[in-house]
Amino acid sequence: MFEAQSSLVLHDEEFSSIASVIEKLLQESNSKAIFLVDKDGQLISSVGETGDLDTTSLASLTAGNIAATGGLAKLIGEKEFSILFHEGEKDNLHLSLIASRVILVVIFDNRSSLGLVRLRVKKWGEELERIFCTLEKKARQNSDSPKSFFAEITDEDIDNLFK
Amino acid sequence: MSFINYASREINLKIVYYGPGLCGKTTNLQYIYQRTAPDAKGKMISLATETERTLFFDFLPLSLGEIKGFKTRFHLYTVPGQVFYDASRKLILKGVDGVVFVADSQAERLDANVESLENLQDNLEEYGYKLEKLPYVIQYNKRDLPNVSSMDELSKLLNPRGVPEFSACAPKGEGVFDTLKAVAKQMLVNLKKSGH
Ligand SMILES: Nc1nc2c(ncn2[C@@H]2O[C@H](COP(=O)(O)OP(=O)(O)OP(=O)(O)O)[C@@H](O)[C@H]2O)c(=O)[nH]1
Ligand SMILES: [Mg+2]
Repeated sequence: MFEAQSSLVLHDEEFSSIASVIEKLLQESNSKAIFLVDKDGQLISSVGETGDLDTTSLASLTAGNIAATGGLAKLIGEKEFSILFHEGEKDNLHLSLIASRVILVVIFDNRSSLGLVRLRVKKWGEELERIFCTLEKKARQNSDSPKSFFAEITDEDIDNLFK
Repeated sequence: MSFINYASREINLKIVYYGPGLCGKTTNLQYIYQRTAPDAKGKMISLATETERTLFFDFLPLSLGEIKGFKTRFHLYTVPGQVFYDASRKLILKGVDGVVFVADSQAERLDANVESLENLQDNLEEYGYKLEKLPYVIQYNKRDLPNVSSMDELSKLLNPRGVPEFSACAPKGEGVFDTLKAVAKQMLVNLKKSGH
Protein backbone atom coordinates (compact mmCIF):
# COMPACT_ATOMS: atom_id res chain seq x y z
CA MET A 1 0.00 0.00 0.00
CA PHE A 2 2.55 2.59 1.12
CA GLU A 3 6.29 2.22 0.83
CA ALA A 4 7.99 0.70 3.84
CA GLN A 5 4.64 -0.18 5.33
CA SER A 6 2.95 -3.49 5.15
CA SER A 7 -0.46 -4.04 6.52
CA LEU A 8 -1.14 -6.86 8.89
CA VAL A 9 -3.57 -9.29 7.34
CA LEU A 10 -4.95 -12.09 9.44
CA HIS A 11 -6.95 -15.04 8.13
CA ASP A 12 -9.05 -17.55 10.07
CA GLU A 13 -6.36 -20.20 10.08
CA GLU A 14 -3.66 -17.99 11.62
CA PHE A 15 -6.16 -16.38 13.92
CA SER A 16 -7.14 -19.70 15.43
CA SER A 17 -3.56 -20.85 15.87
CA ILE A 18 -2.77 -17.58 17.64
CA ALA A 19 -5.86 -17.94 19.81
CA SER A 20 -4.93 -21.47 20.79
CA VAL A 21 -1.38 -20.48 21.73
CA ILE A 22 -2.50 -17.71 24.06
CA GLU A 23 -5.15 -20.00 25.52
CA LYS A 24 -2.42 -22.51 26.41
CA LEU A 25 -0.30 -19.73 27.84
CA LEU A 26 -3.24 -18.57 29.95
CA GLN A 27 -3.66 -22.00 31.44
CA GLU A 28 -0.01 -22.86 31.97
CA SER A 29 0.79 -19.49 33.52
CA ASN A 30 -2.31 -19.41 35.68
CA SER A 31 -2.93 -15.83 34.64
CA LYS A 32 -6.17 -13.82 34.54
CA ALA A 33 -6.19 -12.52 31.00
CA ILE A 34 -3.93 -12.31 27.99
CA PHE A 35 -3.98 -9.85 25.11
CA LEU A 36 -2.08 -9.76 21.90
CA VAL A 37 -1.73 -6.23 20.61
CA ASP A 38 -0.22 -4.89 17.44
CA LYS A 39 2.63 -2.42 18.04
CA ASP A 40 0.43 0.27 16.51
CA GLY A 41 -2.23 -0.24 19.14
CA GLN A 42 -4.71 -2.59 17.55
CA LEU A 43 -6.03 -5.57 19.46
CA ILE A 44 -5.37 -8.87 17.70
CA SER A 45 -6.68 -11.43 20.13
CA SER A 46 -7.54 -11.94 23.79
CA VAL A 47 -8.42 -14.71 26.25
CA GLY A 48 -9.37 -15.04 29.90
CA GLU A 49 -11.27 -12.67 32.17
CA THR A 50 -11.58 -9.82 29.72
CA GLY A 51 -15.21 -9.10 30.45
CA ASP A 52 -15.23 -5.70 32.15
CA LEU A 53 -12.00 -4.45 30.60
CA ASP A 54 -12.00 -1.75 27.95
CA THR A 55 -9.90 -3.76 25.52
CA THR A 56 -9.57 -1.07 22.86
CA SER A 57 -8.16 1.41 25.37
CA LEU A 58 -5.93 -1.28 26.79
CA ALA A 59 -4.49 -1.96 23.35
CA SER A 60 -3.85 1.68 22.58
CA LEU A 61 -2.23 2.45 25.94
CA THR A 62 -0.09 -0.68 25.77
CA ALA A 63 1.22 0.37 22.40
CA GLY A 64 1.87 3.88 23.72
CA ASN A 65 3.71 2.43 26.69
CA ILE A 66 5.89 0.18 24.52
CA ALA A 67 6.53 3.04 22.10
CA ALA A 68 7.61 5.37 24.92
CA THR A 69 9.92 2.82 26.54
CA GLY A 70 11.27 1.93 23.09
CA GLY A 71 12.13 5.61 22.65
CA LEU A 72 13.84 5.58 26.04
CA ALA A 73 15.79 2.47 25.08
CA LYS A 74 17.15 4.14 21.96
CA LEU A 75 18.16 7.18 24.00
CA ILE A 76 20.43 5.09 26.18
CA GLY A 77 21.72 3.04 23.27
CA GLU A 78 19.58 -0.09 23.60
CA LYS A 79 17.65 -1.50 20.64
CA GLU A 80 14.50 -2.00 22.66
CA PHE A 81 13.36 -3.28 26.03
CA SER A 82 11.73 -6.55 25.18
CA ILE A 83 10.07 -7.09 28.56
CA LEU A 84 8.22 -4.69 30.85
CA PHE A 85 6.66 -5.46 34.18
CA HIS A 86 4.22 -3.34 36.16
CA GLU A 87 3.38 -4.40 39.67
CA GLY A 88 0.07 -3.48 41.22
CA GLU A 89 -1.56 -4.16 44.58
CA LYS A 90 -3.66 -7.00 43.21
CA ASP A 91 -3.00 -7.32 39.54
CA ASN A 92 0.26 -7.22 37.65
CA LEU A 93 1.02 -6.54 34.04
CA HIS A 94 3.70 -8.35 32.07
CA LEU A 95 4.44 -6.97 28.60
CA SER A 96 6.74 -8.58 26.09
CA LEU A 97 7.60 -7.91 22.48
CA ILE A 98 7.17 -10.72 19.97
CA ALA A 99 9.11 -10.62 16.72
CA SER A 100 9.58 -6.85 17.30
CA ARG A 101 6.07 -6.50 15.99
CA VAL A 102 3.36 -7.54 18.43
CA ILE A 103 2.99 -7.10 22.17
CA LEU A 104 1.98 -9.92 24.46
CA VAL A 105 0.15 -8.60 27.52
CA VAL A 106 -0.32 -10.93 30.49
CA ILE A 107 -2.44 -9.84 33.45
CA PHE A 108 -1.99 -11.97 36.55
CA ASP A 109 -2.65 -11.87 40.28
CA ASN A 110 -1.40 -13.88 43.27
CA ARG A 111 -2.69 -17.13 41.81
CA SER A 112 0.44 -16.94 39.68
CA SER A 113 3.90 -15.38 40.02
CA LEU A 114 6.30 -13.32 37.97
CA GLY A 115 8.67 -16.28 37.70
CA LEU A 116 6.02 -18.59 36.30
CA VAL A 117 4.69 -15.97 33.90
CA ARG A 118 8.21 -15.25 32.62
CA LEU A 119 8.90 -18.91 32.05
CA ARG A 120 5.66 -19.60 30.18
CA VAL A 121 5.84 -16.39 28.17
CA LYS A 122 9.27 -17.44 26.98
CA LYS A 123 8.01 -20.83 25.87
CA TRP A 124 4.82 -19.73 24.11
CA GLY A 125 6.31 -16.46 22.93
CA GLU A 126 8.62 -18.46 20.70
CA GLU A 127 5.63 -20.21 19.22
CA LEU A 128 3.92 -16.88 18.54
CA GLU A 129 7.11 -15.55 17.02
CA ARG A 130 7.08 -18.43 14.54
CA ILE A 131 3.48 -17.71 13.57
CA PHE A 132 4.11 -14.01 13.02
CA CYS A 133 7.27 -14.58 11.04
CA THR A 134 5.38 -16.92 8.70
CA LEU A 135 2.61 -14.35 8.45
CA GLU A 136 5.06 -11.68 7.44
CA LYS A 137 6.67 -13.89 4.82
CA LYS A 138 3.27 -14.67 3.39
CA ALA A 139 2.33 -10.99 3.33
CA ARG A 140 5.49 -10.16 1.41
CA GLN A 141 4.78 -12.85 -1.19
CA ASN A 142 1.19 -11.76 -1.68
CA SER A 143 1.86 -8.05 -1.58
CA ASP A 144 1.01 -7.51 -5.21
CA SER A 145 -1.73 -10.08 -5.69
CA PRO A 146 -4.07 -8.57 -8.24
CA LYS A 147 -7.20 -10.47 -7.27
CA SER A 148 -8.62 -8.53 -4.44
CA PHE A 149 -11.58 -8.51 -2.21
CA PHE A 150 -11.34 -4.82 -1.41
CA ALA A 151 -11.08 -3.90 -5.07
CA GLU A 152 -14.81 -4.44 -5.13
CA ILE A 153 -15.47 -1.61 -2.70
CA THR A 154 -17.53 1.01 -4.49
CA ASP A 155 -17.70 4.73 -3.87
CA GLU A 156 -21.23 4.15 -2.73
CA ASP A 157 -20.07 1.74 -0.02
CA ILE A 158 -17.73 4.40 1.27
CA ASP A 159 -20.37 7.13 1.22
CA ASN A 160 -22.78 4.87 3.07
CA LEU A 161 -20.41 4.67 6.02
CA PHE A 162 -20.91 8.34 6.72
CA LYS A 163 -24.66 8.54 6.44
CA MET B 1 -0.39 0.33 8.96
CA SER B 2 -3.82 -1.04 8.37
CA PHE B 3 -4.81 -4.23 10.10
CA ILE B 4 -7.23 -6.48 8.30
CA ASN B 5 -8.64 -9.32 10.30
CA TYR B 6 -10.47 -11.83 8.14
CA ALA B 7 -11.28 -13.97 11.16
CA SER B 8 -13.27 -11.29 12.96
CA ARG B 9 -14.01 -9.45 9.70
CA GLU B 10 -12.58 -6.13 10.76
CA ILE B 11 -10.51 -3.42 9.13
CA ASN B 12 -8.57 -1.15 11.47
CA LEU B 13 -7.15 2.14 10.24
CA LYS B 14 -5.11 4.76 12.07
CA ILE B 15 -5.63 8.48 11.54
CA VAL B 16 -3.28 11.04 13.10
CA TYR B 17 -4.22 14.69 13.70
CA TYR B 18 -1.06 16.77 13.44
CA GLY B 19 -0.41 20.51 13.81
CA PRO B 20 1.13 23.24 15.97
CA GLY B 21 0.37 23.65 19.67
CA LEU B 22 -3.14 24.90 20.48
CA CYS B 23 -4.33 24.66 16.86
CA GLY B 24 -7.33 22.58 17.93
CA LYS B 25 -6.44 18.92 17.39
CA THR B 26 -7.84 17.75 20.71
CA THR B 27 -10.93 19.90 20.16
CA ASN B 28 -11.59 18.07 16.87
CA LEU B 29 -11.58 14.71 18.64
CA GLN B 30 -13.72 16.01 21.49
CA TYR B 31 -16.33 17.22 19.05
CA ILE B 32 -16.34 13.94 17.15
CA TYR B 33 -16.66 12.10 20.44
CA GLN B 34 -19.63 14.24 21.56
CA ARG B 35 -21.44 13.82 18.27
CA THR B 36 -21.01 10.11 17.74
CA ALA B 37 -23.63 7.61 18.82
CA PRO B 38 -22.59 5.62 21.92
CA ASP B 39 -22.53 2.30 20.07
CA ALA B 40 -20.16 3.68 17.42
CA LYS B 41 -17.44 4.94 19.73
CA GLY B 42 -15.16 3.71 22.46
CA LYS B 43 -13.76 5.66 25.34
CA MET B 44 -11.72 8.75 24.50
CA ILE B 45 -8.33 8.68 26.19
CA SER B 46 -6.44 11.92 26.73
CA LEU B 47 -2.94 11.81 28.13
CA ALA B 48 -2.68 15.49 28.97
CA THR B 49 -0.95 17.92 31.31
CA GLU B 50 -2.83 19.62 34.13
CA THR B 51 -3.39 22.58 31.83
CA GLU B 52 -5.02 20.31 29.24
CA ARG B 53 -2.20 20.39 26.77
CA THR B 54 -1.69 17.03 25.10
CA LEU B 55 1.28 15.30 26.74
CA PHE B 56 1.47 12.08 24.74
CA PHE B 57 -1.70 11.55 22.72
CA ASP B 58 -5.49 11.61 22.58
CA PHE B 59 -7.09 8.43 21.32
CA LEU B 60 -10.61 7.91 20.05
CA PRO B 61 -11.78 4.63 18.50
CA LEU B 62 -14.71 4.86 16.10
CA SER B 63 -16.54 2.07 14.34
CA LEU B 64 -18.57 3.53 11.57
CA GLY B 65 -20.26 0.57 9.98
CA GLU B 66 -19.64 -2.20 7.53
CA ILE B 67 -18.19 -2.41 4.08
CA LYS B 68 -18.73 -5.69 2.27
CA GLY B 69 -19.34 -7.39 5.59
CA PHE B 70 -16.24 -5.94 7.22
CA LYS B 71 -16.51 -3.73 10.28
CA THR B 72 -14.49 -0.59 9.65
CA ARG B 73 -12.78 0.82 12.71
CA PHE B 74 -10.92 4.10 12.73
CA HIS B 75 -8.43 4.84 15.46
CA LEU B 76 -8.04 8.61 15.79
CA TYR B 77 -4.94 9.97 17.47
CA THR B 78 -3.71 13.52 18.11
CA VAL B 79 -0.07 14.38 18.70
CA PRO B 80 1.19 16.89 21.27
CA GLY B 81 1.74 20.08 19.26
CA GLN B 82 4.22 21.81 21.54
CA VAL B 83 7.64 21.90 19.89
CA PHE B 84 9.57 20.23 22.70
CA TYR B 85 7.42 17.07 22.60
CA ASP B 86 8.92 15.99 19.31
CA ALA B 87 10.04 12.55 20.49
CA SER B 88 6.49 11.64 21.54
CA ARG B 89 5.04 13.12 18.38
CA LYS B 90 7.22 10.90 16.27
CA LEU B 91 6.10 7.79 18.14
CA ILE B 92 2.44 8.47 17.45
CA LEU B 93 3.08 8.62 13.70
CA LYS B 94 4.25 5.04 13.61
CA GLY B 95 1.92 2.94 11.51
CA VAL B 96 -0.24 5.86 10.40
CA ASP B 97 -2.69 5.24 7.55
CA GLY B 98 -3.95 8.81 7.10
CA VAL B 99 -2.99 12.29 8.25
CA VAL B 100 -5.06 15.38 9.06
CA PHE B 101 -3.02 18.55 9.34
CA VAL B 102 -4.85 21.06 11.52
CA ALA B 103 -3.57 24.58 10.86
CA ASP B 104 -4.20 27.52 13.17
CA SER B 105 -5.61 30.28 10.93
CA GLN B 106 -4.49 33.13 13.18
CA ALA B 107 -1.99 35.37 11.38
CA GLU B 108 0.53 35.18 14.20
CA ARG B 109 0.60 31.37 13.93
CA LEU B 110 1.63 31.31 10.28
CA ASP B 111 5.24 30.39 11.04
CA ALA B 112 4.18 27.82 13.60
CA ASN B 113 2.04 26.11 10.95
CA VAL B 114 4.88 25.99 8.46
CA GLU B 115 7.27 24.63 11.06
CA SER B 116 4.83 21.97 12.15
CA LEU B 117 4.21 20.85 8.58
CA GLU B 118 7.94 20.55 7.97
CA ASN B 119 8.27 18.64 11.22
CA LEU B 120 5.53 16.27 10.04
CA GLN B 121 7.39 15.58 6.83
CA ASP B 122 10.69 15.04 8.63
CA ASN B 123 9.16 12.67 11.15
CA LEU B 124 7.35 10.67 8.48
CA GLU B 125 10.56 10.35 6.54
CA GLU B 126 12.30 8.80 9.52
CA TYR B 127 9.90 5.88 9.19
CA GLY B 128 10.37 5.81 5.42
CA TYR B 129 6.87 7.19 4.79
CA LYS B 130 6.14 10.06 2.44
CA LEU B 131 3.33 12.52 3.00
CA GLU B 132 2.61 12.56 -0.74
CA LYS B 133 1.88 8.84 -0.60
CA LEU B 134 -0.43 8.96 2.39
CA PRO B 135 -4.11 9.85 2.53
CA TYR B 136 -3.88 13.44 3.66
CA VAL B 137 -6.17 16.46 4.19
CA ILE B 138 -5.72 19.93 5.67
CA GLN B 139 -8.03 21.80 8.00
CA TYR B 140 -7.78 25.56 8.55
CA ASN B 141 -9.15 25.90 12.05
CA LYS B 142 -10.20 28.88 14.18
CA ARG B 143 -11.89 30.64 11.25
CA ASP B 144 -14.17 32.37 13.80
CA LEU B 145 -11.36 34.53 15.17
CA PRO B 146 -10.84 38.11 13.92
CA ASN B 147 -7.11 38.00 13.23
CA VAL B 148 -7.00 35.19 10.66
CA SER B 149 -4.97 34.91 7.46
CA SER B 150 -7.04 34.56 4.30
CA MET B 151 -7.83 31.05 3.09
CA ASP B 152 -5.92 31.86 -0.10
CA GLU B 153 -2.79 32.77 1.73
CA LEU B 154 -2.95 29.70 3.96
CA SER B 155 -3.63 27.44 1.02
CA LYS B 156 -0.70 28.82 -0.98
CA LEU B 157 1.64 28.38 1.93
CA LEU B 158 0.50 25.05 3.34
CA ASN B 159 -1.17 23.27 0.46
CA PRO B 160 0.89 23.60 -2.71
CA ARG B 161 -0.25 20.16 -3.91
CA GLY B 162 -3.91 21.03 -3.55
CA VAL B 163 -5.02 18.18 -1.28
CA PRO B 164 -8.59 18.40 0.08
CA GLU B 165 -8.83 21.34 2.48
CA PHE B 166 -11.51 22.54 4.88
CA SER B 167 -12.15 25.63 6.93
CA ALA B 168 -13.24 24.90 10.47
CA CYS B 169 -14.29 26.11 13.84
CA ALA B 170 -13.69 22.98 15.88
CA PRO B 171 -15.52 23.87 19.12
CA LYS B 172 -18.69 24.45 17.10
CA GLY B 173 -18.00 21.46 14.92
CA GLU B 174 -17.82 23.40 11.68
CA GLY B 175 -15.71 21.45 9.22
CA VAL B 176 -14.87 18.72 11.73
CA PHE B 177 -16.78 15.82 10.17
CA ASP B 178 -16.05 17.00 6.61
CA THR B 179 -12.36 16.75 7.42
CA LEU B 180 -12.68 13.30 8.95
CA LYS B 181 -14.80 11.97 6.11
CA ALA B 182 -12.38 13.24 3.49
CA VAL B 183 -9.40 11.50 5.01
CA ALA B 184 -11.34 8.32 5.77
CA LYS B 185 -12.52 8.17 2.22
CA GLN B 186 -9.01 8.46 0.85
CA MET B 187 -7.91 5.69 3.16
CA LEU B 188 -10.62 3.32 2.01
CA VAL B 189 -9.92 4.11 -1.62
CA ASN B 190 -6.28 3.33 -0.89
CA LEU B 191 -7.24 0.01 0.64
CA LYS B 192 -9.19 -0.75 -2.47
CA LYS B 193 -6.18 -0.05 -4.65
CA SER B 194 -3.78 -2.01 -2.46
CA GLY B 195 -5.50 -5.31 -3.15
CA HIS B 196 -5.76 -7.65 -0.19
N1 LIG C 1 -12.02 30.43 18.89
C1 LIG C 1 -11.63 29.18 18.63
N2 LIG C 1 -10.97 28.49 19.58
C2 LIG C 1 -10.60 27.22 19.29
C3 LIG C 1 -10.88 26.61 18.05
N3 LIG C 1 -10.40 25.35 18.06
C4 LIG C 1 -9.84 25.18 19.28
N4 LIG C 1 -9.94 26.29 20.02
C5 LIG C 1 -9.44 26.52 21.39
O1 LIG C 1 -8.03 26.49 21.39
C6 LIG C 1 -7.51 25.91 22.58
C7 LIG C 1 -6.55 24.79 22.27
O2 LIG C 1 -7.27 23.73 21.65
P1 LIG C 1 -6.74 22.21 21.70
O3 LIG C 1 -7.71 21.41 20.91
O4 LIG C 1 -6.48 21.80 23.10
O5 LIG C 1 -5.37 22.36 20.93
P2 LIG C 1 -4.32 21.21 20.57
O6 LIG C 1 -4.01 21.36 19.12
O7 LIG C 1 -4.82 19.89 21.00
O8 LIG C 1 -3.05 21.66 21.44
P3 LIG C 1 -1.82 20.73 21.96
O9 LIG C 1 -2.42 19.59 22.69
O10 LIG C 1 -0.99 21.58 22.84
O11 LIG C 1 -1.07 20.32 20.74
C8 LIG C 1 -8.72 25.47 23.38
O12 LIG C 1 -9.00 26.44 24.34
C9 LIG C 1 -9.83 25.40 22.35
O13 LIG C 1 -11.10 25.64 22.90
C10 LIG C 1 -11.59 27.39 17.07
O14 LIG C 1 -11.89 26.94 15.96
N5 LIG C 1 -11.94 28.66 17.42
MG1 LIG D 1 -4.10 18.47 22.23
